[in-house]
Amino acid sequence: MSVPISVTVNGRLHELEVEPRMLLVHLLREELNLTGTHVGCDTSQCGACTVLMDGDSAKSCTVFAVQADGASVTTIEGLSAEGGMHPLQQAFWDEHGLQCGYCTPGMIMSGVDLLDRHPDPSEQEIRRGLDGNLCRCTGYEHIVNAIRDAAGGAK
Amino acid sequence: MVAPAKKPYRVIGSRPVRPDGTDKVTGRANYGSDIRLPGMLYGRVLRSPHAHARIVRIDPSKALAHPGVKAVITQADFPAAEDVITDLGETASNLKWLVDNVLASDRALYHGHAVAAVAATDPHVAEDALGLIEVEYEPLDPVLSVHEAMAEAAPRIHPHMHTVEMLARFSPGPRSEHDIPNAASHLRLEIGDLEQGFAEAEIVIEREYETGTAHQGYIEPHNGTALWNESGELTVWLSTQGPFMMRDQLARMLKLPVSKIRVIPMEIGGGFGGKIPMYMEPMAAALSRKTGRPVKMIMQRDEVLLGTGPTSATYVRVKLGARRDGTLTAAEAYLAYEAGAYPGSPVGAGGMCMFSPYSIPHQRADCYDVIVNKPKVSAYRAPGAPAGAFAMESALDELAEQLDIDPLELRQRNAAVDGTRRIDGAAFRSIGNEAVMRAAEESPHWNSELQGENRGRGIAMGYWGNGGLESSAYATVNRDGTVGLVLGSVDIGGQRAALAMQIAETLGIDYEQVKPIVVDTDSIGYTAVTGGSRTTFASGWAVHEAGLEIRRELEARAARIWEVDAALVHYDDDGVIRGPEDRSLSFAEIAGQLHRTGGTVQGKADVMPEGTGPAFACHIVDVEVDPDTAKVEVLRYTAIQDVGTAIHPDYVEGQIQGGAVQGVGMALTEEYVYDDEGRLRNASLLDYRMPTTLDVPQIETILVEEPNPGHPYGVRGVGEVPIVPPLAAIANAIHQATGVRPRTLPASPRVLLEEMLPEA
Repeated sequence: MSVPISVTVNGRLHELEVEPRMLLVHLLREELNLTGTHVGCDTSQCGACTVLMDGDSAKSCTVFAVQADGASVTTIEGLSAEGGMHPLQQAFWDEHGLQCGYCTPGMIMSGVDLLDRHPDPSEQEIRRGLDGNLCRCTGYEHIVNAIRDAAGGAK
Repeated sequence: MVAPAKKPYRVIGSRPVRPDGTDKVTGRANYGSDIRLPGMLYGRVLRSPHAHARIVRIDPSKALAHPGVKAVITQADFPAAEDVITDLGETASNLKWLVDNVLASDRALYHGHAVAAVAATDPHVAEDALGLIEVEYEPLDPVLSVHEAMAEAAPRIHPHMHTVEMLARFSPGPRSEHDIPNAASHLRLEIGDLEQGFAEAEIVIEREYETGTAHQGYIEPHNGTALWNESGELTVWLSTQGPFMMRDQLARMLKLPVSKIRVIPMEIGGGFGGKIPMYMEPMAAALSRKTGRPVKMIMQRDEVLLGTGPTSATYVRVKLGARRDGTLTAAEAYLAYEAGAYPGSPVGAGGMCMFSPYSIPHQRADCYDVIVNKPKVSAYRAPGAPAGAFAMESALDELAEQLDIDPLELRQRNAAVDGTRRIDGAAFRSIGNEAVMRAAEESPHWNSELQGENRGRGIAMGYWGNGGLESSAYATVNRDGTVGLVLGSVDIGGQRAALAMQIAETLGIDYEQVKPIVVDTDSIGYTAVTGGSRTTFASGWAVHEAGLEIRRELEARAARIWEVDAALVHYDDDGVIRGPEDRSLSFAEIAGQLHRTGGTVQGKADVMPEGTGPAFACHIVDVEVDPDTAKVEVLRYTAIQDVGTAIHPDYVEGQIQGGAVQGVGMALTEEYVYDDEGRLRNASLLDYRMPTTLDVPQIETILVEEPNPGHPYGVRGVGEVPIVPPLAAIANAIHQATGVRPRTLPASPRVLLEEMLPEA
């Protein structure tokens, strides 16, 4: 039993037949080979699977693929349309906002959503905006710095 | 060797971006779960719902009849494991225990213990098939704490086990004269004469402390993909801290020569010690052999919490003797650490580390490794040390209070210095312990005033010995003046950068000229795990040696080009080769001429360096405790540490910050919760609560740099010690804030509030 859906991923329309129990993250990873979106906890605490759905951050491990029918999804691979790096990607690299790198794509996607809502965030706003993303390596400080750097060094 | 001066380095101490950064921020980096091979099957594991049960029968027939299911395995599909102790890296272990932990034999010994595995054409089909494997269990009484386990009448989890007397930390001796139920081993560490030490004391305090079970909590779940081909060669792609260690384990369990196994490390999404043991990898291999197809297995998060990791829950009793002026005369500890279902807790390290920041003439630690019906523990960042330090550093705080001495001053009065003997009898040389305490004393945090109600400040020390072990590296000079650097150490948090920086320093070239790559076990010499705070130290030594070999060979080439005696040619630290009559060649210039002067130049090194430099840390923390809910908020945190030479200061700070935050989790929120039947009740990251951005403040770091004379660049391991002080630092801060002394961690509101409420 499969269900037809049409979903736009990183600007490209895909018409697919999916099992009703397939999760969006598995659609992205297994069907579309977009493996930059990671699975960490299965239950939406860690945020490694964060993508943008119609512009808002969403944890793709807790969205069924069929729920994405008609939606526009942006993953880490689609963040910079022109090639090169999105300012947040550059900032995470420059500010050493990663150690193992596994949580990084989700952190960056949450960061995009955060800067969308708070273009000039305070430290507290940054921490609030990222509290749905776990990082076990860094203690968060360099991640907060990276967001701040991407926002143009705003304090 | 010559003590490294704090010389003005060219590359070391700078903060370049990491070579693997682009791929990690754009989602292109390949982690183990990204692997996809033609014809690949998906494996899943069936786990015991019981903490302790006899397995009467496993019937896979219904699962095998399910469309899409290709194979089911149990332990019977593996070669019989002999019941003998083998030496496996740092710890001696019995092969049968290792194998039984991968897949249960006749008994399941913890909730989540693997009993069977299935391979199917689709992950969903594999999951469905798990429900079709029929297992008949006969539940047995579980043993769930060291106290229960060591009681006279306790059921023996391993009926034939007898307490072994350890001769030293990693060397088992004879059967103990005092057999204790479920105590796999007893280790006594001792210096001086304890009786004399306590006789000299004017004040003696004795306290008990306990810690819960915590998990390493890496965000990437375990994964492994195996292909066992028709010639009997096994290839495994996976997330591991130690590809060679994994090869060793697989060879032993599968009874294959190591030459038949190739382990390909993918990018690793965190480990902290937990990605060293084998779990699903041999299952994936056996399923591949059975089906003739590659088999990929990925754990779900509940399986990670149930079946891997964690660290020991612990009980530590500590007794201190001191003079009125604060001078410690004697220290005694009794440590009992949960090993989980099979022997091998890090209790010896707990006893080894807890007194080490101090000069105490008479010391004894009795360390018991205790079997319980919980997952077999694995290493977790400074394994064993945080619980021991929690006890010692809390007791010191109580002592300081009783003697009315400032807690930092008490520590400074007793500080271990060069020449101080540790509990294992060895004497320290070139340690930064006092310098760390001095930096704490001078820190803005310690000198700031803490204002406000319900607030308190705590301080604690931590010690960790750091590791050495084997490392292999080689480097190739390319014609364009770059260097390809080939590494056996997997990169878990910036090792490519830290190692590229060291060879760039040795060769006098720019960091950007070095192209590091991590390779598989067929492509480089034996390299021990990325862990034990050893990689920047030992692999750094290897790349330095490889660099020196390149320098010597390039001198010879320059001599040949100039047609002069090689003794007249010198490779200078700025990367320029100089000869007689002001002749000189830059690195890039000579690199471009190699193909005309004898071909490519490579430097290689296989090292096993002695001379590891121990690490000391001091953490200061301010907390506020809500008087109504007992929720603890961390307001300010400063971590001071002797880091030897900070190769890449941002990464050193990152190690300290990450370790400190893990320690905050251990102290406040992280804990396995079991019911009376031994079932884990919180196997998810919703209920197993790791710190988020909102749970911790900025972690301020102060790097003290006392170069390690045992390393060419003065490197000390930095990764582990930052998790040692936080438990006691926070407990001491909570005490100052509330008057309540947390002696059981985590200091969750549930535990703390009971103590804080006035008695009815």
